[in-house]
Amino acid sequence: MDAFLIGCGAGFSGDRVDAPGPVVDHLIRSGAPAGLMIETLGERTLALAQKARQKDERAGYEPLLDALLRPVLRRCLDHGIPIVSNMGAANPRAAAERIHRIAEEIGCARPRIAIVTGDDIAAQLSDIPLQPWEGDDGRALAEGTQVIAANAYLGAERIRDALGAGAQIVITGRVADPSLALGLLLHHFGWAADDWPRLAAGMLAGHLVECGSQVTGGYFADPARKPVDGMADLGFPVVEVGRDGALVVTKPENTGGMVDLRTVKEQLLYEVHDPAHYITPDVIIDLSGVSVSQQGPDRVAVHGVTGRAATDSYKVTISYPGGWLGEGEISYAGPGALARARLARDVLRDRLELRGLALRHRFDLIGVASVFDSDDGALSAAALQAPTDIRLRMAVEGESRELVEAATQEVLALLCCGPAGGGGVRRAATERIHTISCLAPKAAVHTRMELLA
Amino acid sequence: MKHETLAAKGAGQLTLYDLAHARAGDKGERLNICLFAYEPQDYDLLVEQVTEPRVRELFRHRGAHSVRRYLLPRLHGMNFVIDGVLEGGVNGSLNLDGHGKTQSFRLLSLPIARSGND
Repeated sequence: MDAFLIGCGAGFSGDRVDAPGPVVDHLIRSGAPAGLMIETLGERTLALAQKARQKDERAGYEPLLDALLRPVLRRCLDHGIPIVSNMGAANPRAAAERIHRIAEEIGCARPRIAIVTGDDIAAQLSDIPLQPWEGDDGRALAEGTQVIAANAYLGAERIRDALGAGAQIVITGRVADPSLALGLLLHHFGWAADDWPRLAAGMLAGHLVECGSQVTGGYFADPARKPVDGMADLGFPVVEVGRDGALVVTKPENTGGMVDLRTVKEQLLYEVHDPAHYITPDVIIDLSGVSVSQQGPDRVAVHGVTGRAATDSYKVTISYPGGWLGEGEISYAGPGALARARLARDVLRDRLELRGLALRHRFDLIGVASVFDSDDGALSAAALQAPTDIRLRMAVEGESRELVEAATQEVLALLCCGPAGGGGVRRAATERIHTISCLAPKAAVHTRMELLA
Repeated sequence: MKHETLAAKGAGQLTLYDLAHARAGDKGERLNICLFAYEPQDYDLLVEQVTEPRVRELFRHRGAHSVRRYLLPRLHGMNFVIDGVLEGGVNGSLNLDGHGKTQSFRLLSLPIARSGND
C-alpha cells in the first residue's frame, strides 16, 4: 500500500532512552517514506519544565533530549527521516539550539529545525474566555491563583507547515500527542484540512503509537494470562499509514514484545472517554465502528475509524503550586506484623494531633491494601488476611516542606518509640504541582511556526 | 480461558480476570478502564454482568459518583469512564498510584456468575 511509516521513539518523559535506535533502523530498512516521532510531555511535565526554565533560561526542554536523539540523529538526517517531537516543552528554542550543538558535535551538517510555539498562553490567560473542562468535575481556577504554566494542546497544522517549509526536525511545546503523527501525514499525503475521515485515521495512527511500547507489550504483560517475551528490549511501534487512511501497527524485527489484537485493542481505548466522540484539536475521532485484524506476526490492521469536524476550542492545561507531599514508611514483618503495623498507624495519628499537625493525611498498609484503598482506609480495615511482611506508609499534604517533614519525622521516631521490630524507615518530601484543564477558543490562541537559521 | 478450564472452576470462583483483559488510563480526575473479552463468545456475558451499577459499587469506597459504559461489540469490548475516583488525581492524590493505573486489576477482580447453559 504506498504507505508512510511513523515510528515512535518515546512515549513519555522518562521512557527508555535506547528505544529509538531499532525503530529508526526499521524505518531505514523499509525503504518507505517515513518519519520519527518522540513524545515526552505528560500532563504535569510542562509545569516542571517551566520551573526549570525560570531557574535557567537555557533549560525547560526535555532533560533526556540528548540521550534520546544523539544516537539516531545522523541516521535520520542521512536518510531523510524527519523528526517531530514535543521535547521542546517550555523552551522549544533552547531544545533546537541543543540539537544544533549535538549535530555539530557528531559532525553532521547543520539540520533545518523549525519550532512550533503559541501553546504557552500563561501571559494572556486573563484575556482569554476559558470554559471548564468536563473531566475535572467542573472545577475552575480560583481567583488570584499563581499560575506556573498554561498551555493549549495545539493541533498538527503548524507541524505540517514546518515540514512544508523544509524542516528536517520539528520541535514543539504542547501539542496533542497524536498531532505529532498527523503533522507528518498532512505534509506527506497533502490531505485537506477538512478531510475528516482521513484526519481521524491519521490521529488514530498517532494515538496508537504515542505511548511507545504500550502497544507492543508494555503496560500489558501478565505472566498468567498475557505473557510477553522480551520485556527488556521491547520494540517500540511503527505504524504504516496508507494514502486512504489504512493503518497497520507493527514493530521492528529482532526486538522484544509483540503486536497482537489484544495489545492494539487496549491501546485503542487508552485515555479515551466516549469512543464515538474522541475530541482532538484536529478532528473528532469516531472509534465506535473500529475493528482489528491480524495481518501476520506482529502486524495488526485497524479498520473502520471515521471522524467529524473539529471543535472550535483547544484544551488547555493550567498548572499551579500544590504545596508539599510528605511520605514516610516503616516495615513490620513476622508474627503479629499486622497488629504492630496498625498500632504504629494509630500512634502516628495521635502524634500528628498531639503536635498540632492538622494535615490532610492517609495511611497505607502495603501488603494488606494500598493502591486500591481509599484515603479513609476502607479496604485495609476490612482485610481478613494477616500477611507477615507489611510496610506502613503515611502520606501527608501541607503548605510547606517544614510542615510535611515535621509530620514524617514522626515516622522516623517510631524506630525507638513505636511498636516492636519496626525498621527500614524512608522519608521523602516532594513539591507538588496541581493542574486543571479548561477550554479556550481557538481564535484566541495564536500559533506560530519558525524555521530557525 | 478454555471452556473446559472454566467448567472446572466452581460457582462463585470465576472472576472477570478469567474472561477478560483491561487497561486503565487517566486524564485529570477522570479514570477510564477499557475491558475486552479474550473469547468473543464471552462478550455477551460481560455485557450482562459488568454493568454500570456493579462497577460503581466496586469503586464506591473511592468516591466514584458517575460511571458510564460504552459498548464496542466489534472489539468484544467496552469502555468505562469513572468520575470522582482518583481522590485528587495524579497531582493531588495521597495514593501511591495517583494515576489509577493499577485500577484495571480491581475491575478484573469482579466476580462473574456463569449460567448453567454456557
